[in-house]
Amino acid sequence: MSAVPPLIDVEHLTMRFGGLLAVDDVSFSARPREITAIIGPNGAGKTTVFNCITGFYKPSSGRLTLRGDREYLLERMLGHEIGQKAKVARTFQNIRLFPGMTVLENLMVAQHNKLMQASGMSIYGLLGLRRYRVAEADAIELARGWLERIGLTVDADRPAGELPYGAQRRLEIARAMCTAPCLLCLDEPAAGLNPRESGALNDLLLSIRDREGIGVLLIEHDMSVVMKISDHVVVLDYGRKIAEGAPEEVKRDPAVIRAYLGTDAGGADA
Amino acid sequence: MGPRLPALLKDAALTAFVAAALGLFIVGFRTVDIGSTKGLSFDYQFVDLAIAVAAIFVGRLGLSMAAEGQRWPALILGGILGVVGVSSVNLPSTFLHWFVGLAGLLVIGRTLWPSADRALSRARQSPGGRTVGRIGARWLGGILLACAFLMPMMPFADQKTMDLGVLILTYVMLGWGLNIVVGLAGLLDLGYVAFYAVGAYSYALLSTQYGLGFWSVLPLAGAFAATFGLVLGFPVLRLRGDYLAIVTLGFGEIIRLVLINWVDLTNGPAGVGDIPGPTLFGAVFAETAPPGHRTFSQMTGIPFDGTQRLIFLYYIILGLALITNLFALRMRRLPVGRAWEALREDEIACRALGLNPTNIKLTAFAIGAMFAGFAGSFFAAKQRFISPESFVFIESAIILAIVVLGGMGSQIGVVLAAVLLIGLPEWFRDLGNYRMLVFGLAMVLIMVFRPRGLIAHREPSVRLHAAPPGGGG
Repeated sequence: MSAVPPLIDVEHLTMRFGGLLAVDDVSFSARPREITAIIGPNGAGKTTVFNCITGFYKPSSGRLTLRGDREYLLERMLGHEIGQKAKVARTFQNIRLFPGMTVLENLMVAQHNKLMQASGMSIYGLLGLRRYRVAEADAIELARGWLERIGLTVDADRPAGELPYGAQRRLEIARAMCTAPCLLCLDEPAAGLNPRESGALNDLLLSIRDREGIGVLLIEHDMSVVMKISDHVVVLDYGRKIAEGAPEEVKRDPAVIRAYLGTDAGGADA
Repeated sequence: MGPRLPALLKDAALTAFVAAALGLFIVGFRTVDIGSTKGLSFDYQFVDLAIAVAAIFVGRLGLSMAAEGQRWPALILGGILGVVGVSSVNLPSTFLHWFVGLAGLLVIGRTLWPSADRALSRARQSPGGRTVGRIGARWLGGILLACAFLMPMMPFADQKTMDLGVLILTYVMLGWGLNIVVGLAGLLDLGYVAFYAVGAYSYALLSTQYGLGFWSVLPLAGAFAATFGLVLGFPVLRLRGDYLAIVTLGFGEIIRLVLINWVDLTNGPAGVGDIPGPTLFGAVFAETAPPGHRTFSQMTGIPFDGTQRLIFLYYIILGLALITNLFALRMRRLPVGRAWEALREDEIACRALGLNPTNIKLTAFAIGAMFAGFAGSFFAAKQRFISPESFVFIESAIILAIVVLGGMGSQIGVVLAAVLLIGLPEWFRDLGNYRMLVFGLAMVLIMVFRPRGLIAHREPSVRLHAAPPGGGG
């Protein structure tokens, strides 16, 4: 493979909930400028892996090394620090926007840490100093750019909860991108989208990969999305990694076919 | 009238029967003190009960006719009740006059409501109506502010009115402070009065023990209250919703119990008296000045008048409330304010975006508490005597009711709700104990007709496109 060092190394990740082993010794890595898809049947532990990477769960064991502006050991960081310092952004399987706030405000909240610094812990902001006003204008410009890319410019001042479902999905991705991440984790971004919206999502994800040059980690059930846009696929089943490789290889892997279609090719009830 | 009349009559009779059964013991009997040796005796009020039940019968009949669409009979029944209510017919009590009159008003209102509602919404939809609505919303604050400024100069501004004005403004300020915690950050705080108490006792003790003046203690009181806000904030960081409400409720009670029991410091249930009032450039508002001070009339040459002190207090609390308002409005447009609202909307999403929920909650608690501290030291300076009695749970509940009824997060809504919730019980004083009934009725009506509060509109903190004409602000 290429000589670029991986963006994130997941090594021997294990997550145990009481007696339930949700993720069992999973290792994989994702590179910058690549889309890495994590697939698997329901309950395979995909979202658990995500929650470990983004700090919502503390892994039972294993190591998560992120190489951003420097090396971070994600398993040792507090939940919000992973977004703030290590610059890992994520979206959720069930969309989590700020529904009562406007579309633009959603994107401004994503730039909170940058703006908070510029507002001098609110003191410059309260005094209305130029320094803060400039930073705020820059933040609005960044948000405007993303709104244009996701086609929501006209809806900028509407409450985010009023948007149609597909637009909310795109907005959640744009909001994650406004945190200027080096790794973007998307939990089923194509769920509930119609084929046209799903195609637009593919273009958006490819443009994020190519133009921003960041790594994208993707959980997806929709095989048309996975096969079309991912550069690397990791397959989980019952918390274990059963296959890994390019989409074409994985598609032909007998273990993967077995996991998706049943244990026995001749099974009557498959 | 239609063939349904017997059914309606039966329904009304049933309602009247239920009312009679319930009212028999609540209204029908009254205990009277007949001298210290003989104890209590019964007084029968069956006439009162009969009038009330009759009014309920007629009112119920009118309401169901209105619901059936029989507008004229309903209006006539409502009219009869209304006329009896306001007429000089000698009903046994003022309350019954109010009761019958309001019942008539309810029936008439219910009958005319559908068409009035249609007309209103039509007017609201029309382009002219929309512009008026926007301009109204924009200028409402200005008009209220002008009224507040001019109030003391009005001829009707006697001592009672000024007292009420100061009281309402105190609650407006507390409402605006709590609005930061509950309305913006979405943290349900049932113990807000604790910070009010901290502010009040800070001023009371520092002024009576160490002789510090109002203006130098004011920032200290705010700082103390904010510190208590942080102290409360830390243990409750992981809690949300109902659990947070319970813990804050407990915290409010703890503060009150400490005030009662720490007699060495707070003088316990006896309270702290002789608290000096605020001064204007060192001048006191009294007939004679204590040594080392001079009176306002000595300083300005204006002859002494008892209301001067009230007017001065009025402008102080108006200023403090406006500072609270401006600060909250400003904070809302800053990153920290948007983070508060984001936290209210979705804490998990906040965490995923790298926002530190701990800091956001603590700033909200501390800043909300700070304004309660300011208001508390004003309260102590105004009352000149404070005791733990003033800081009971019902105060927290009223402040919270003001915020919720006003419309969570709405600054003007808080003003309207404070005028309604504090003003109404005062205006209806001649109803005696029944005024709390009116208070409850007002709250129920607001919740029925405006379930999201008086003003539910939310103005974005930042816009990409220009606001529609006449809006914004």
